[in-house]
Amino acid sequence: MYGIGILKGLAVTLQHLADSYLDDLRWLGRRYYNPEALAARQGTEGRGVFTVQYPEEKLPVPEEFRFIPFLIYEEGENGKQLDRCTSCGICAKVCPPQCIWIVRTTDAETGRPRPEPAEFYIDIDICMNCGLCAEYCPFDAIKMDHDYELASYDRKTRHIHDKQRLSRPLSYYAAIRPANFAREEALRAEKESAKEAAKEARKN
Amino acid sequence: MDASINIPEIPIPDELRGTVSITTLDRIYNWGRRSSVWPMFWGLACCAIEMIATATSRYDLARFGMEVMRPSPRQCDLIIVSGTVTKKLIPQIVRLYDQVPEPKYVMAMGACASGGGPFKEGYSVVSGVDQFLPVDVYVPGCPPTPQALLHGFITLHEKIAQQSIKTSPWYGREPIEPLPIPVLGPDLINPRDLPAIQANANRPAEPATTAA
Amino acid sequence: MTESPAPVLLESLEARFSPGARRDDRPGFEGYIVEAARLLDFARVLRDELGYDFLSSVTGVDYLPDGRMESVYHAYRTTGGPGLVFKVQVPRDNPVVPSLVGLYPGAELQERESWDLLGIRYEGHPDLRRILTWDGFYGHPLRKDWQEAYFEEEGKPLKNRWPEGRVYRIEDKVPFHHNVKYPAGWTPEGWVPEGDNALYAALGKISSTDQDAADSMDTDQIVVNLGPQHPSTHGVFRMVVRLDGETIRSLKPVMGYLHRNHEKIGERNTYLMNMPFTDRLDYFCSMSNNFGYALAVEKLMAIRPPERAEYIRVLMAELTRIVNHMSAIGFLLNDLGAFFTPVMYAFEERELILDLFEMTSGSRMMCNYFRFGGLARDLPAGAMERARELVFNRLPRKIDELDRFLTGSEIIRGRCVGVGVLPREKAIAYSQVGPVLRASGVSYDVRRADPYSIYDRLDFDVCVRQNGDVYDRFMIRFDEMRQSLRILEQVVRDMPGGEIQTGKPQYQVRVPAGESYGRVEGPKGELGFYLVSNGKPNPWRYHVRAPSFINLTALEEMCKGNKLADVVVTLGSIDIVLGEVDR
Repeated sequence: MYGIGILKGLAVTLQHLADSYLDDLRWLGRRYYNPEALAARQGTEGRGVFTVQYPEEKLPVPEEFRFIPFLIYEEGENGKQLDRCTSCGICAKVCPPQCIWIVRTTDAETGRPRPEPAEFYIDIDICMNCGLCAEYCPFDAIKMDHDYELASYDRKTRHIHDKQRLSRPLSYYAAIRPANFAREEALRAEKESAKEAAKEARKN
Repeated sequence: MDASINIPEIPIPDELRGTVSITTLDRIYNWGRRSSVWPMFWGLACCAIEMIATATSRYDLARFGMEVMRPSPRQCDLIIVSGTVTKKLIPQIVRLYDQVPEPKYVMAMGACASGGGPFKEGYSVVSGVDQFLPVDVYVPGCPPTPQALLHGFITLHEKIAQQSIKTSPWYGREPIEPLPIPVLGPDLINPRDLPAIQANANRPAEPATTAA
Repeated sequence: MTESPAPVLLESLEARFSPGARRDDRPGFEGYIVEAARLLDFARVLRDELGYDFLSSVTGVDYLPDGRMESVYHAYRTTGGPGLVFKVQVPRDNPVVPSLVGLYPGAELQERESWDLLGIRYEGHPDLRRILTWDGFYGHPLRKDWQEAYFEEEGKPLKNRWPEGRVYRIEDKVPFHHNVKYPAGWTPEGWVPEGDNALYAALGKISSTDQDAADSMDTDQIVVNLGPQHPSTHGVFRMVVRLDGETIRSLKPVMGYLHRNHEKIGERNTYLMNMPFTDRLDYFCSMSNNFGYALAVEKLMAIRPPERAEYIRVLMAELTRIVNHMSAIGFLLNDLGAFFTPVMYAFEERELILDLFEMTSGSRMMCNYFRFGGLARDLPAGAMERARELVFNRLPRKIDELDRFLTGSEIIRGRCVGVGVLPREKAIAYSQVGPVLRASGVSYDVRRADPYSIYDRLDFDVCVRQNGDVYDRFMIRFDEMRQSLRILEQVVRDMPGGEIQTGKPQYQVRVPAGESYGRVEGPKGELGFYLVSNGKPNPWRYHVRAPSFINLTALEEMCKGNKLADVVVTLGSIDIVLGEVDR
């Protein structure tokens, strides 16, 4: 019969329609606005309605997700911010569209450079979210952020991020990238203990 | 030079937020307008794919009333400039903007439409569509994920909600002038720049030297 | 997997044409250097006697220090095997090369690009106009002495970003505050824009030989512009057609509306910086683009990644193929008028695969995952589980469902069967690649003909269909998805452990001088990267052989004689992506 192909296709659509209601019934009304249901719906076994009800439900981003970079500072005593960045300039050199500007601090008395950034800018109208800066930083000072809700009305005043806007505490980094944080801390601890062992060996 | 790049945020006290005087008529009018903003089907580059992904079933623009993407500019309210704006294309973009009936909004999606993006340094890229069109919302990212784009739409809806019939230009007395359309010559010619080009005619245009 | 012609024949080439052809003996280079006057004879011998019937790439290089320009050609045999490179060297102040369009029609758009960007004039080309920039543009941008308006330094990294990086916006530093630069002393007074006159003249010129002159009825022919803004989802692409009623008499594609000067930026970048830029070429398949570029640079550096990295690369490449074919089917159905339901179903699967990409590389689309000698990072916990679920469970089921949904439909059959036919010989002559070539009956797949990575160990078939119409190009994508699943099953089953990077990860790669052409079978066809290095950290020449761009050469051939509504469908079946077409 002419039209069998079309009818078969319509059967597929009908199946999808039926699935969306059957799935709602199976979940007994708890299908939306809770993370467990969201994960089930977005998995490979999901059937029925596939939608993420943004902004009430936000699909969590995976750990490796990269958006705009941010700088890490460690909290010293008296709440002082200790930047990890030493203004070595590797991130500025490796950035493909060259959107990172760094001014290295010069010591006021001696005139020699100090390993701290005096100014640090990233122009997010040029940044391509590639993550090369975070990948090649030798001091784990610049990492890729997860915050993607950056829409604004005026770019001239808001889209060049300066050092203050870019700095976040180490605890923030540990919260968004726990596996990477744990691995880097383990490496740091190893290096520390190797240094201590070498110092001991030299003393003896 | 450096300090004036970013004007520091002026903190607005809570009680003054949102106290633009909105009457009930404005509220209904704005509710109708912001709940059915129809975008134009205008995908330029990679950001267009994220825009289409936002329109598909996972992120579903239809929940915001925006799934009607009309290709004709006469039937849409919002131009989403999604992707790199090149010099060859900007005359058509300005022409399309002139054809969209009021009230119209422009959203610059992605780093390329906001400010040129990673391709800014090239010879055929316009450094941001706001050099030619008035942009209402910028959504940074390369490309902005669908959730970031949805956040951008919500920001636009908030902007629409703040507008008022009394102060709207499309109901005003003055006719709204269409934007002048740029021309492709030895390089792109913006009609607003013609006096400057005349003045510089005898001086060859120097490329930018390194920052002083 | 067949061997190249006996060395005797190839050696006799040099003897036959000497002194018109000699081997290129610069260190790191390969192939033949042919004199301009003997080029046509050389190419004829290659095509007719030696069997190199497929001209894959035509490009040019500007050697400013040596005062000359080169036009570089890569030719292959459709029976398989490595390729033959030959070049023509001409003086830089008057670069004239005979055009190969008479022998290999597929060179048409590529020679126009070489003329546009480099200024090499091809004598005998039927329609030598600018293609990526516009008529009236000043200068030839890829020349080494041509500086763009925002020019700061010859090569990155720029010195003014560190240690004294005072931030600025470059448009504030240029005289007109826009990215523009006019020739010295040029004034707009009394100047008339060129517009599209040359384009419309070409529309009439080329088809003056066809038989509408014999049409006895006195009908008018009209010219219609389709694009650059149009409802189809392929991007900013414009077609100008000359119509006789509803029938197409001639068609000219106009591109360049997304020309982002990828190759000029590529010459300013370092090798590593180019990797995220390759993501944005064919923005559906960023993993494949990365793959091709990594292969080209690894060929120059003479390194190979470890086993685990090879397996993960193939995993990503084949998943990308499925993503791309799903989207292509969805967009083709959009063009047919089935607006959006097939796209919805196809994009569901795409979203699940993109979740895997996001989990691994950090971004859904711009993955930037491959590095020279391996990968940026290893698969995270849970990625292999996800891949296994997709490959063994979800994707086969969903591909079958999409097949049931679409292929039997009488509407699709009625609109696609017999439309946009491209016969076998024309497909090879027009340098078509990918599903377009294989749907016309030519069994050429780079993964089989010239295997790279671990494809010589994997078990899969090359899909071929015989008719060369839109329906075959549609069905062959289902076939290729099923073959990709076969490959994926083997890869997921046999994934080894181990390292993912040869050598230490470093951002300053040492690339020896020479040239290399690295190609992969991307989802759209053969994607090639031609690199010329002079030992410095930035490439000397960086060219992308884009499959979508060259597949458009045959668009007029496929559409002539069909109706206007079929043009949209035919364009959809070629599956173009503007990021690749315009670069």
